[in-house]
Amino acid sequence: MSLASVFNIAGTGMSAQTTRLNTVASNIANAETVSSSLDKTYRARHPVFATMLQDQSGGTDTSQSLFQDADNSGSGVQVAGIVEDQSNLEARYEPSSPAANKDGYVYYPNVNVVSEMADMISASRSFQTNADLMNTAKTMMQKVLTLGQ
Amino acid sequence: MSISFDKALGVSEQALNFRAQRAEVLANNIANADTPNYKARDMDFSEVLAAQANKTDKGRFGLEMTNDKHIEAEGFDGTGDSTLKYRMSTSPSLDQNTVDSQIEQSNYAQNAVGFNASFTLLNAKFKGLVSAIRGE
Repeated sequence: MSLASVFNIAGTGMSAQTTRLNTVASNIANAETVSSSLDKTYRARHPVFATMLQDQSGGTDTSQSLFQDADNSGSGVQVAGIVEDQSNLEARYEPSSPAANKDGYVYYPNVNVVSEMADMISASRSFQTNADLMNTAKTMMQKVLTLGQ
Repeated sequence: MSISFDKALGVSEQALNFRAQRAEVLANNIANADTPNYKARDMDFSEVLAAQANKTDKGRFGLEMTNDKHIEAEGFDGTGDSTLKYRMSTSPSLDQNTVDSQIEQSNYAQNAVGFNASFTLLNAKFKGLVSAIRGE
């Protein structure tokens, strides 16, 4: 039943967008986390998405499908991993800070709060779209249940 | 004379099936709107319809014969007819993703309306069968 798999697909989409929202929250929360050394400073994190194929999710039955197994459309999205932003950290001269190193510098994370906010809105909209998909699929399935009445 | 569901229901049932599958494909596009290198996919209604009609005509998968020496395919199951296509990108993005969320959403909405239409037709056929059985 392919309408049922819309629920799975939209579910994976919502889950992936939630992961994205989590990383955004983590980035913004740590935007001012200073450190005295380069390697200990927080770096902005971003999730990388990948298509989930039918054999990965296991359950989807393709025998009733109008298209070939090998030519499947995929069944949702997964988070392939979370990468750290490798762009330069910001060094500021703040000798009064308790985290300052011996030269008086502290390192600030490479979090761009403006782009994180844009990312947050994008993730939230995608989440809503996936929720809408699920709702529409639910309406379609409920309609089928009234067949013959 | 016997009542065959296939004959009585016609193409409505298959149309409903197609709409359900297309909903899956479009939902997958929308879920992958932020996936790098993902290519948006879709199904062509007229092609699926033609393939289905061909199957009902000949009772099996019809091979296109472009030469006199071609022979008809026999005992070949045609359920694997590939109808899933890649969408032409309207706004290419840097990460090679070809999903346009707005287009996918409008297609999904259109597909849902088409599903309701197919459902209404199928339901009408069932109602017709029921009234024929009851003889009202």
